[in-house]
Amino acid sequence: MLRRQVVGFLYTIPTLLLVVALFVTPLLLVLRMSLSKWALLTGAGGYNFPQNFVLIWKNQLFWPSVVFTVEYTVLVTILLLGFGLGLALVVQAQSRWSGMLRTVFLLPVSLGLATASLLAYGFVSPEIGPIGPTLETMGMAHGAIQFLGTPLNALLSTTFLVVWKYAGFYMLILLVGLQGISDDLFEAAALDGASSRQTFRHITLPMLRPSLSLATILCVTGSLLAFDQFFILTKGQPHNSTVTIVQVIYREAFQRQNLGTAAALSIIVLLVLVLINALQLRFLRGGDRE
Amino acid sequence: MAVAHDRIFGRTPYYVLTGGLAIIFLFPLAWALWASVSPQPSTAQRLGYGFGNYGTLYNFSSGLPVIAFNTVYLSLLTVLITVVVSTLAGYAFARFRFWGRDALFLLTLSILMVPSASLLIPLYVMLTKLGLSNTLLSVALVVAVFQLPFATYMMRISFEAIPRELEESALIDGCGSFAVLWRIMTPSVRPGLITVGLFAFLAAWNEFFAPLIMLTDPSKQTLPVAVANLRQQTMGTIDYGVTESGVVVMAIPCVILFLLLQRYYVRGFMSGAVKG
Repeated sequence: MLRRQVVGFLYTIPTLLLVVALFVTPLLLVLRMSLSKWALLTGAGGYNFPQNFVLIWKNQLFWPSVVFTVEYTVLVTILLLGFGLGLALVVQAQSRWSGMLRTVFLLPVSLGLATASLLAYGFVSPEIGPIGPTLETMGMAHGAIQFLGTPLNALLSTTFLVVWKYAGFYMLILLVGLQGISDDLFEAAALDGASSRQTFRHITLPMLRPSLSLATILCVTGSLLAFDQFFILTKGQPHNSTVTIVQVIYREAFQRQNLGTAAALSIIVLLVLVLINALQLRFLRGGDRE
Repeated sequence: MAVAHDRIFGRTPYYVLTGGLAIIFLFPLAWALWASVSPQPSTAQRLGYGFGNYGTLYNFSSGLPVIAFNTVYLSLLTVLITVVVSTLAGYAFARFRFWGRDALFLLTLSILMVPSASLLIPLYVMLTKLGLSNTLLSVALVVAVFQLPFATYMMRISFEAIPRELEESALIDGCGSFAVLWRIMTPSVRPGLITVGLFAFLAAWNEFFAPLIMLTDPSKQTLPVAVANLRQQTMGTIDYGVTESGVVVMAIPCVILFLLLQRYYVRGFMSGAVKG
């Protein structure tokens, strides 16, 4: 049996090598970098804790980016979960039409986020975008609308893009949850004379809790780490009002060329995410015990 | 009559609502296709419909052929690495007991918890030091590592679903464990393999952050970063026409793969969803 142990271990060597070389090592390196003076071009320059963390704290973009990222995360999570649930309820029937609708709603999910962002970049532009002219013909607007021109418009345009791109994804997760609810429960509720609103409130929602929790974890984590959509669509503009935390990491590293502060911010983000995920998992398990 | 009436008219609001939603979802895709061939000022397609924007796209930066080749190469390399590594590990995790097995499995899953942005800065430093920056291989390895939690989990549950008798009879017949894996197990886990390969392909094809940081040589660029950069190249005005033609070129393989392999696509998300 020892031979079988060795053989099993041998099969995992490629995974072990990849995980150690490209996950564990960079994780340790980012910790070391966060504690060191480390410029992009000159490399390691000695231990300087807590200098990098102080610099990040004093960075003028740090707090605005934290506030903006949290606002964006709350907005997108509420919209995506609500919209995803709505779509899941709409397509849950086993019919040809439902199947076609699922395909349509999932189509944007297959695009890359960068592709979708570039699509949106033209879509909301006053030059070739279709929305402005449509509103103008309907008499609802005059002149070009600057969909990226104000901080609020830029946030809302990006939110629309993200909801369009990901609604199908959350629909699918919640659909799996819906289909996992036993029909007996609905039949029992119908026998007891429950209205469809009561059934939704007291059966569907509680039974969906695991799927909703998973969807929340994925959505919150993904949104807190938002980068591509803002890098491409708004470029952080106007007036740096749409700079996310990951964009600050990118700017520290490749514009200010200070990898030490970029690493310090990476460590902060990592710790916050682990904390948030741990809390959400605990909340999820707490729900099971009730 | 009453039933038929109800069927036709009672459901009409449902069809109007859902049909409207479907049109809203499809509209941006159809618009991008239209915008890439329609006449627009300050693009290569000013008069009438045609493929002028695709002509601009063909000649931009190092040329579309080079950049498309890079993207395909990166994606296939990522698929190869992800599929081979996760199949071997999934088989081991499902069928063997050995020291450190559960620790390695958990460590692999924990990659999900760490934001890629936190890892890409040190990876950039490490790979530059090793002389591997500006290579598609290094980006493929990095994208593959971020695919490993899903891929390893997927392959493990795929192997666990195969009845043990299948492999035991082959072992008795004198097959080695690798022969069992290759000849008997692999055909049975094909759905899992396709799912893992499809997700790895789409992840690599669409990856933006890793190539943005690691591939600074224009001849090594991949489509997403190249098309995003392309916007700034025309002086002053932005060429939206060529941007949308780039969107179409990037989107078409994703849409085709999705429509062909929709079953596996849904399966991939579902395996993630049941975990919760």
